[in-house]
Amino acid sequence: MNVDHLAERVRRSHPDVVVARGEATVLVGRDGLLEALRTFRDDEELRLDFLASVTATDWPGRDPRFRVVYELLSAEHHHRLRVKVGLPEDDVRVPSVTGLFPTANWHERETYDFFGVAFEGHPNLRRILLPEGWEGWPLRKTEELGGVDTRYHGAFIPPVDRRTR
Amino acid sequence: MPVERLEGFRTGKTGEESQEEFERGLLMTTLDKAVSWARKQSMWPVTFGLACCAIEMMATGAGDYDLSRWGMELFRASPRQADLMIVAGRVSQKMAPVLRTIYDQMPEPKWVISMGVCASAGGMFTNYAVVQGVDTIVPVDIYVPGCPPKPEMLMYGILRLHEKVRTEGRFK
Amino acid sequence: MTLDDAIGTADLSPSSTGEIRQETMVINMGPQHPSTHGVLRLLLELDGETVLACEPIVGYLHTGIEKNTEYRTWQQGVTFVTRADYLSPFFNEVGYCLAVEKLLGIEAPPRAQVLRVLFCEMNRIASHLVWLATSGLELGAVSVMLYGFREREQILDIFEAATGLRMNHAYVRIGGVVMDLPDRGADRIGDFLTMMPGRIDEYERLLTKNPIWMQRNIGVGPLGAADARALGVTGPVLRAAGVPADVRRDEPYCGYETYEFDVVTRDSGDCFARYEVRIGEMRQSLKLVEQCLERLREPGPVMVEDPKVRWPAQLEVGPDGIGNSARYIEHIMEESMEALIHHFKMVTEGVSVPSGEVYVPVESPRGELGFYVVSDGGNRPYRVRMRDPSFANLQAVPQMVRGGLVADVIAVISSIDPVLGGVDR
Repeated sequence: MNVDHLAERVRRSHPDVVVARGEATVLVGRDGLLEALRTFRDDEELRLDFLASVTATDWPGRDPRFRVVYELLSAEHHHRLRVKVGLPEDDVRVPSVTGLFPTANWHERETYDFFGVAFEGHPNLRRILLPEGWEGWPLRKTEELGGVDTRYHGAFIPPVDRRTR
Repeated sequence: MPVERLEGFRTGKTGEESQEEFERGLLMTTLDKAVSWARKQSMWPVTFGLACCAIEMMATGAGDYDLSRWGMELFRASPRQADLMIVAGRVSQKMAPVLRTIYDQMPEPKWVISMGVCASAGGMFTNYAVVQGVDTIVPVDIYVPGCPPKPEMLMYGILRLHEKVRTEGRFK
Repeated sequence: MTLDDAIGTADLSPSSTGEIRQETMVINMGPQHPSTHGVLRLLLELDGETVLACEPIVGYLHTGIEKNTEYRTWQQGVTFVTRADYLSPFFNEVGYCLAVEKLLGIEAPPRAQVLRVLFCEMNRIASHLVWLATSGLELGAVSVMLYGFREREQILDIFEAATGLRMNHAYVRIGGVVMDLPDRGADRIGDFLTMMPGRIDEYERLLTKNPIWMQRNIGVGPLGAADARALGVTGPVLRAAGVPADVRRDEPYCGYETYEFDVVTRDSGDCFARYEVRIGEMRQSLKLVEQCLERLREPGPVMVEDPKVRWPAQLEVGPDGIGNSARYIEHIMEESMEALIHHFKMVTEGVSVPSGEVYVPVESPRGELGFYVVSDGGNRPYRVRMRDPSFANLQAVPQMVRGGLVADVIAVISSIDPVLGGVDR
């Protein structure tokens, strides 16, 4: 199904669909997320039954600050859909989709590890890539890159996020 | 058949060395040299390949650039049976305690080659996740730069280490 | 009961009557282990030799690549991203550049696309050779290690002649590739093509009917198609379960729809099927390389013309690697001030990419490698997320090893062919 038909089909249940550069993105609310994904998975024409990735982006200064992004693929029809959920800064939690897509397990752990997004209902929400007990959510824009200064034979170079452009 | 010596390697004794030998006595220096020669002749590395440099290390051990010319093709899995640790690849913060544990488990005498810029100085990854130089955790004998270093570069580093081992006296 | 609960409730006090207790053993495999294909740690709960549960613990190679790309220009992102999955650097580069080009709304010239396909397929062969070598080594067939690396050296020599580096080449850039093939490069690849099929036959003669290889691989680590899809598995593991899913066929990029190749599948879903799928893929890649060489007969540009996007320099491979060609240095230093200023601006400031987000999948040797790239309109990426195939494939390990022997864990891990650089990024 080409992307415009896909967008039309999705718009019937979820009106907030944007088509850009040949890709369709639908914005859903946090409470309707599980229902939306179940609809997309079970609808005969959409059949978006493969979850490729779960991640988040951080937009400090905007409301909602975080957007959790799900990439769905249909194995049958070979079309893709991106589902985005906005999360405000003071309430960074979203229902976990591991019940619908078991593959989301590690992807959600990674998003938790990097951004601090709490996935409710996740069977094992712990840090996956950073050491246990690490403090901070490194991929948030408010966190530093964390490099060290370079001092060599009298020369001094600060780490890349503190160099002047 | 003439033997080709690499530049920078010692080929004979200087005056001071002869003097030193005389002072320490003939038996100790001969034993010293024999032990040092034996140590460098077949150093066994422990498998500590982490990232891209590990693949180049495997290529160095494989058929084309053969490490078994120096008796080193046998990478020991257990650190208790190894005497050389080639830290090949970027060391993340989570891996750093493991690296130190493996280093501590190796018996003396042991040497460390830091292969690649990520192990030597953090490489291109000056960030929160990578240890900026493995010499903050373990003492390093030879640094081999490169991203990743070609097998010839690693071999040169290993040969320099052999020279270092051969020429250092252990029974002082 | 999770593994943590099992450890917490085990009764470790000595028995007062002297009778023998039966309890399961929890042992740790890795992260430093000769057979775990990298720094992978596995917690295994064993009952004797049988695996009851397995939990993979990753993160021992986490490098912060995704965060790092946010502090560099778009062009510099190529050098970071190429080191994630270090056994298939060309795929990382192609995926990233395709994503950025999609954001920019440009397309690389046809010759650049053919070169991308050529190097990607040769990289696929090289990656599968490392898989074959290390799998053989881990299962005991030590000579396969030497044979695999022998062929890989031939491929790496070609890479070195064309890009200046054996691994982690920053060859594919935004807008095309950075250099054309060297003189007689096509001949060298042609010689490789005549030699390679015989070598693959050699591997098959050595392994495919070998009773030890068959016994260690047939029936080991089965994963059905439905389970694989649910767990997010892609690549040869999924194709060995009978599903003909290949991004090159389903969502073609770089002109793959114009090439002739088969998607190799098998039905049994065990380690042996994955072995056969990868051997078949090596042969298909040789076919693709041959078709690429045909198309490279006509000359053409390898980088877009748009001066706001193209990499300004002319590079060439010298005796010590890749660098600006002497002619180009003469041009910017002595002939044209505008060229020098333009070069300076492009190198320090880079490309400005319009805001938006894209997701571009490519078919890496391990499965679907996806790039989710977000731009806010500046000259630095806002977010680069790599959906690595091994990250998802490793989630299937507990399912595949349950009920098997400890030695089968090794066979399963090596049949998935994870590259921990991609898993941990």
